[in-house]
Amino acid sequence: MTEITREQLLRVYGTVTLARQADDKVEFLLMSGAAMIARMSSRGSETLGATIGHVLAPDDQLVTYYRGMPEQLAKGVPLDKLWAEVMGKATGTTGGKGGWVHIIEPDVGVMINSGIIGGQIPPAVGLALAADIKGDGKVVLCTFGDGAINQGAFHESLNLAALWKLPIVFVCENNGYAEHSAFAWECSAKSPVDRAAAYGPMPAAKVDGDDVPATWAALSEAVERARSGGGPSFVEATCYRHRGHFGNDTMPYVPKDELKAKIAADPVPRFREWLLEQGHATAEELAAADAEAGRIVEEAWEFADSSPYPEIDKLYTDVFATAGD
Amino acid sequence: MTNPEQQKKITLVKAVNSALGDALAADERVFLMGEDITDHQMGGVFRATAGLSTKFGSSRVRSTPISEEGFVGAAVGAAIAGLVPVVEVMFMSFMTLALDQIHNHAGKMRYMTNGRLSVPLTVRMVGGAGSGTGPHHPELNEAWFAHSPGVKVVMPSNPADAYGLLTACIFDPDPCLFIEHAMLMRRGVKSPAPPAGYQIPLGKAHIAREGSDVTIIGYGGQLIDAFAIADDLAAEGVSVEVVDLRTIAPLDVETIVSSVAKTKRAVVVHESRKDFGVGAEISARITEELFGELAGPVQRVGGPFTPVPSARPLESAFIVGREQIEPAVRRVLNY
Repeated sequence: MTEITREQLLRVYGTVTLARQADDKVEFLLMSGAAMIARMSSRGSETLGATIGHVLAPDDQLVTYYRGMPEQLAKGVPLDKLWAEVMGKATGTTGGKGGWVHIIEPDVGVMINSGIIGGQIPPAVGLALAADIKGDGKVVLCTFGDGAINQGAFHESLNLAALWKLPIVFVCENNGYAEHSAFAWECSAKSPVDRAAAYGPMPAAKVDGDDVPATWAALSEAVERARSGGGPSFVEATCYRHRGHFGNDTMPYVPKDELKAKIAADPVPRFREWLLEQGHATAEELAAADAEAGRIVEEAWEFADSSPYPEIDKLYTDVFATAGD
Repeated sequence: MTNPEQQKKITLVKAVNSALGDALAADERVFLMGEDITDHQMGGVFRATAGLSTKFGSSRVRSTPISEEGFVGAAVGAAIAGLVPVVEVMFMSFMTLALDQIHNHAGKMRYMTNGRLSVPLTVRMVGGAGSGTGPHHPELNEAWFAHSPGVKVVMPSNPADAYGLLTACIFDPDPCLFIEHAMLMRRGVKSPAPPAGYQIPLGKAHIAREGSDVTIIGYGGQLIDAFAIADDLAAEGVSVEVVDLRTIAPLDVETIVSSVAKTKRAVVVHESRKDFGVGAEISARITEELFGELAGPVQRVGGPFTPVPSARPLESAFIVGREQIEPAVRRVLNY
């Protein structure tokens, strides 16, 4: 278990401010009617995603899902190509063929994404299996929400990972809602972390995803366990989403008081204040990070907005490896 | 020089076992996964993996729990990471559990990543009636996977082809499903052992017997019946051409159409259910290309639209054989 360093805190903040300003931009574009862009917002969960992405080594592999933008950015997916993919442009990470549900960038180790909730988990176990067979020391971190833990694929994957002692960290981003359903409507367990007990038990931890040092400590312990041959871990990180499941979802299924309180306790300004109070960062450093993020956001939007769509013949390409199949 | 008559003959299971062993020896990226496949567990319920865990170890010949979605999905990830997994799903009937990982993940990964990721995975399975195991074991469902973009579906008609096609599947960059027809095992079919590393190209149908009056198109064990019918009809002066698909998907439409353009008469045969089956697609393609030239409608011979029952007389009635195929051939000849 390692304590987060000042340098690492600043890198996490860099992604937090980038992810938040990116969501601000999308919100503005949608509300003003200036542009249409699919939105599966991580607003309110940026600290968790940023910590996840930065705790991993460059060669480690990340498997995410449709609400994974902060961790994707932290792992190194460039915002311009990410947004281009969201918009289905030819310049996107996967040429517009996958879209916003399938952000994949193998160059920085973001390997698998799935529109089938929980469908990404068995292949994540497979990446870890390959790392184990090859002995290459890579660790796989697989994120999913609280809704995915009720899929059969989740159970089978954790069982396999525990049985074969694979180098994987399972991270449940528990924001309390699976699409439009509160956790208690969907899950017979009291908390996702309880399920780890059924797999050995699998080493497990529950952390507050708004608390960057605590989340970093839990994740780095799990990553170290995986890397040293100690097998898989399960980390439940609580968080919240300030916006709906998709697009214009106005969240009628969330109690108004709860949403109001959560937004008031926004982890992003809290993290910022904490960094300053603890002397981990100066006001100038954070302002510079904010400005840099703002610049990236504007340039990324310009890039994505002005990029072309793929040519129509791309409808037919890459079904099979060899042309003419 | 070895006399071909004395050349060693092998069964389907032996062919599969040899192809797996030769692939494991040839390429360290290859590894196997499946239920009960190690020698401690009898080397697979059909002994297809016998001897392999002893020779290659239990990491490369890896036994799995009963978790088809989990271990087929894990194979998808391992293939993306650059290994070459060859997974055994005990019976094709159990592929329903792995459908999401095959159809939505393996099949679509190349397309949705714009060619950036590849899934060189092979899943082997036994399918076909005759064991009395009832509805949940002996089904052949190749039509479902032929309907999945990005998935190759292969079904050999004899052991030598099984070796060549399985080897090709293993080293193919795309996800391949390899179907071992139980009928070939039950009938004890043997053919000469091919040389190590022998590959038959995927996506290409084989003119197994040349003829001029009618084309029988099929795959798997029913090819044996097709040859028997062809022999008997030859004595009546009728020349039957037999096309062995070998690969169901991608379909070799060119070979099929050029054969039927010659004979003007087509009979498509498979053990799996006729309704909405592979024969329906082939019939439509032939008709689209050759409508005005056909001597009669394309005949489809396939299983009844039922699950496979357990009772022996019912199951025997289910299985497509000469009694169903020959009347269809004669029908189109008499048009």
